[in-house]
Amino acid sequence: MGLLNRMGTVIKAKMNKIVDKMEDPRETLDYSYQKQLELLQNVKRGVAEVTTSKKRLELQKAKLTQNIDKLNGQAKDAVKAGREDLARLALERKNELMSQVQTLDQQIIDLNREQEKLQATEKRLSAKVESFRTKKETIKAQYSAAEAQVKITESVTGISEEMADVGLAVQRAEEKTENMKARSAALDELLEQGTLEDFTGKEDDIEKELAKISATSNIESELASLKEEVGK
Amino acid sequence: MIVRIMGEGQYKVSSSLLDELNIIDNRIVDYVGKENESGFRSELGKLVAAVKENGKPLDDAEIVESDLIIPPEDMTLEEATEIFSGDGLIED
Repeated sequence: MGLLNRMGTVIKAKMNKIVDKMEDPRETLDYSYQKQLELLQNVKRGVAEVTTSKKRLELQKAKLTQNIDKLNGQAKDAVKAGREDLARLALERKNELMSQVQTLDQQIIDLNREQEKLQATEKRLSAKVESFRTKKETIKAQYSAAEAQVKITESVTGISEEMADVGLAVQRAEEKTENMKARSAALDELLEQGTLEDFTGKEDDIEKELAKISATSNIESELASLKEEVGK
Repeated sequence: MIVRIMGEGQYKVSSSLLDELNIIDNRIVDYVGKENESGFRSELGKLVAAVKENGKPLDDAEIVESDLIIPPEDMTLEEATEIFSGDGLIED
């Protein structure tokens, strides 16, 4: 049996579960409609979650980029001061941060895709729910009990398939954002603990050394101008 | 016939496409059996592309049952294996 058949079976099983819960045909319509509205809320929540996760990653990326700029400046200062060792250290740290940024970039792209997909899903489901609502009222008003049963089965089956699909999409999006959350929390922790912050934050190495160098050169130049003033 | 691509909606496709889809589907089964991730990825991509290229998206407001359901394009080999083992993909 192929994947397509299997997929069909999986979805139909899910649909049957939805349809089986219903006994009175007219109740079926209202019950299904209620479920659709709940699902629509879930999709909206899913979109919001993905958006939040994406923003969080973008923030982390901005932080890392700032640190990279700082390290660049430090490397330049170090070269100017003739301290190749310090410049090398700064560049090494910069490289590590850059690979972190690359990972983040990929994750942001993934989340963006997920966001677009869920938004499209929301739009689609929203249109279907609205059309179901209209149909539901028509069926209730215009059909005899026997006719209504057929119409109800038709529309409920169709919408149930959509609901099974959307349900899975939301579930997968949630799994993805959960994974992403865990990873970005780990990165946050690193940034907070200073493991990454250290790359720029450690006053005691690159920055301190550079400060010392610039202080020394200030003193030298001041001394030189004093000598000149006092009369050579 | 109506084909649903999971997570992307339904398409109206000529029934003549079924043979092509079946051929790709058979290759997918083969790759899943061999746990060949890249082969599985590329065939699943082809399956989805074949429907999109040859089909017309159904109007959003239309409510109909599909004749064929295609898994989401980003389905993992692991998820596919679960489907074959009958564990299913969808939580109750």
